[in-house]
Amino acid sequence: MFSRPLSRRVFLKASGGALVGTLAFACGPIALLAPSRSWAVTTEQFTTHEGEILLQFTRHVFPHRDLEDAVYALVVKDLDRQADADRNILTLLRDGVMALDRQAGGDWLALEPAQRQASVAESAGSPFFEKIRSSAVVSLYSNPLAFAHFGYQGGEGDMGYLFKGFDDLTWLPDPALPDSGPMPGA
Amino acid sequence: MAQFENRKTFAHDDDSVVVIVGSGAGGGTLANELAQQGIDVVVLEAGALHDRPDFHADEWPAFSQLSWLDNRTTSGSWRIARDFPNLPTWICKTVGGTTVHWAGASLRFHPHEFQALTHYGALDDANLLDWPVGYDELAPYYARAEDKMGVTRTNDIAGLPGNNNFKVMHAGAQKLGYACNTGHMAINSQARDGRPGCQQRGFCFQGCRFGAKWSTLYTELPAALVTGHMELRTQAHVAQIEHDTKGRATGVTYFDKDGNLQRQKARLVAVAGNSIETPRLLLNSASAMFPEGLANSSGQVGRNYMRHMTGSVYATFDEPVHMYRGTTMAGIISDEARHDTSRGFVGGYEMETLSLGLPFMAAFLDPGAWGETFTGAMDQYAHMAGMWLVGEDMPRESNRVTLHGELKDQHGLPIPNVHYDDHPNDEAMREHAYRKGSELYAAVGARDVYRVPPYPSTHNLGTCRMSAEAQDGVCNAYGQSHDIPNLFISDGSQFTTSAAENPTLTIVTLAIRQAEHIGKLMKERAV
Repeated sequence: MFSRPLSRRVFLKASGGALVGTLAFACGPIALLAPSRSWAVTTEQFTTHEGEILLQFTRHVFPHRDLEDAVYALVVKDLDRQADADRNILTLLRDGVMALDRQAGGDWLALEPAQRQASVAESAGSPFFEKIRSSAVVSLYSNPLAFAHFGYQGGEGDMGYLFKGFDDLTWLPDPALPDSGPMPGA
Repeated sequence: MAQFENRKTFAHDDDSVVVIVGSGAGGGTLANELAQQGIDVVVLEAGALHDRPDFHADEWPAFSQLSWLDNRTTSGSWRIARDFPNLPTWICKTVGGTTVHWAGASLRFHPHEFQALTHYGALDDANLLDWPVGYDELAPYYARAEDKMGVTRTNDIAGLPGNNNFKVMHAGAQKLGYACNTGHMAINSQARDGRPGCQQRGFCFQGCRFGAKWSTLYTELPAALVTGHMELRTQAHVAQIEHDTKGRATGVTYFDKDGNLQRQKARLVAVAGNSIETPRLLLNSASAMFPEGLANSSGQVGRNYMRHMTGSVYATFDEPVHMYRGTTMAGIISDEARHDTSRGFVGGYEMETLSLGLPFMAAFLDPGAWGETFTGAMDQYAHMAGMWLVGEDMPRESNRVTLHGELKDQHGLPIPNVHYDDHPNDEAMREHAYRKGSELYAAVGARDVYRVPPYPSTHNLGTCRMSAEAQDGVCNAYGQSHDIPNLFISDGSQFTTSAAENPTLTIVTLAIRQAEHIGKLMKERAV
């Protein structure tokens, strides 16, 4: 998703859309992972406008103030994949986005944040809301960028933390033997 | 993978073999214990083979790889029916069954827990009963199971070193006056039995890459294969148990990996499909002679479904914890496992550390939740410690596994429906456990405390319970069904009551004892 420069393909595609952005936190944990500060996520089914609404909607459902849009864009990518595989999901999401725009009198994204939040709250429990919530609760938190942001080391643990900090907590007393067993070989 | 190659195969019409349905704690152990006696065994495992190199250090992919995801429905007032209506359990469909996923806690039941009716009395709306076997009788088999599984703090095996999550629990326990240590775990603290010591990966639930945690996958099953007396057939989903006109089991039919229906004859059939599939198979095997399903003259098949009183408490702190590093179940407090009605309920519960990775914390913290309370908790993930509360739940006749009236699985077999309502005793115990867990973390300076509802159940018990009298249950003290002498129940379905402790050690203990008994019966030509 990170590229420099953005690929021509993103802009030349006849259908679909693209979410593009720049990392807000240049020194954040995600920036450390990323090859560049620019990011782009392409969509097959959703237009750029639809993708942007889905992204903002997700931000209101799971508001993490300091979490990069680049991570929320992965939810849009997930929804796009689902819409690509199932016309009913495409219709559900596309109609939902159109309804938001209609209720906003044109462009839902132009509303004040508080107004957007109110319209998200109003839709809670609807199939549109539930599709986004139930997808986002998986895809927003199950990716390496989110792991870096929230301080979870994910697959780094595969080789074991035995000598990499499994017991590095120092703000409480160390439990004595035998409550805590000996280190292997000790 | 030479370790999993069959040294011997048996003909489908060989009616001298013992057929075991399932290869987990019960089935896998029974298979090895029989094979070691020279008894020929065919194990039919519904899942495929996934070994240590195949495991994922990533929660959702691992869940997809290992879990039993065949469709099921739920009903009842439990929250699972609302949050996870088609996922009542978190168990495995893979060679080794749920011993691939379990956390390794291996606590013996307390003596009083085998006599629940005697000690607790007859509670309204509970179907309590004493086990037909007691602690003293099982003690030597517990010892054999602990040795087999390499349980820490038994057999001179050192405890595991404690991780960060343990340190938080331990500090809180000290303030509350609880005893707390790194538990009796079937996880090697040092190399033992050809398997390495624990590397503290933190992916116990996703399958242990190093094989430090005991699982039938790389212990019992390969050991049984080496004898030349056991054949393992994977992706073999048993459809029905068949019987003759005398009412004796004659074998099973099963769908092989290509979906073709096969028949395996047998001298004896042992069912160990976990507490949903085991009663489902007996019910799906109904015949003209047994219209209510096999071994069901008591009407108890599928009833008394227990899943333990569970819940979790997670708490956040000013300083980091990184609870996900190291063993998932890293510390245990047993002080509340006693039976003491002054707390307002019968039975007791264990407090055991538990950690979830970021993806599963999002899924299970408060299913269905959204907004700032939820994200505020997730924002503190790296500063979070957690524990699981697991206690005895009440058996109820109305909590039961039944066959769905309309829905069928991929093989055309009726799917199971799982109905569960919490008993008032379960609710009182959960409230007490939530309070004590919260007090423990508050005592070490918790910022926020979260009461997390029960997860889909890994502990599924009681649906073919053992009883002294045939009218009260499905099988006797050896798991032998009351109605059909050559049909055995070999998993947690046998449990008469749930006790507070994690069930695997007791399932293995019962399987070792059952194997001895089956060997004796076969020698005597009694089966």
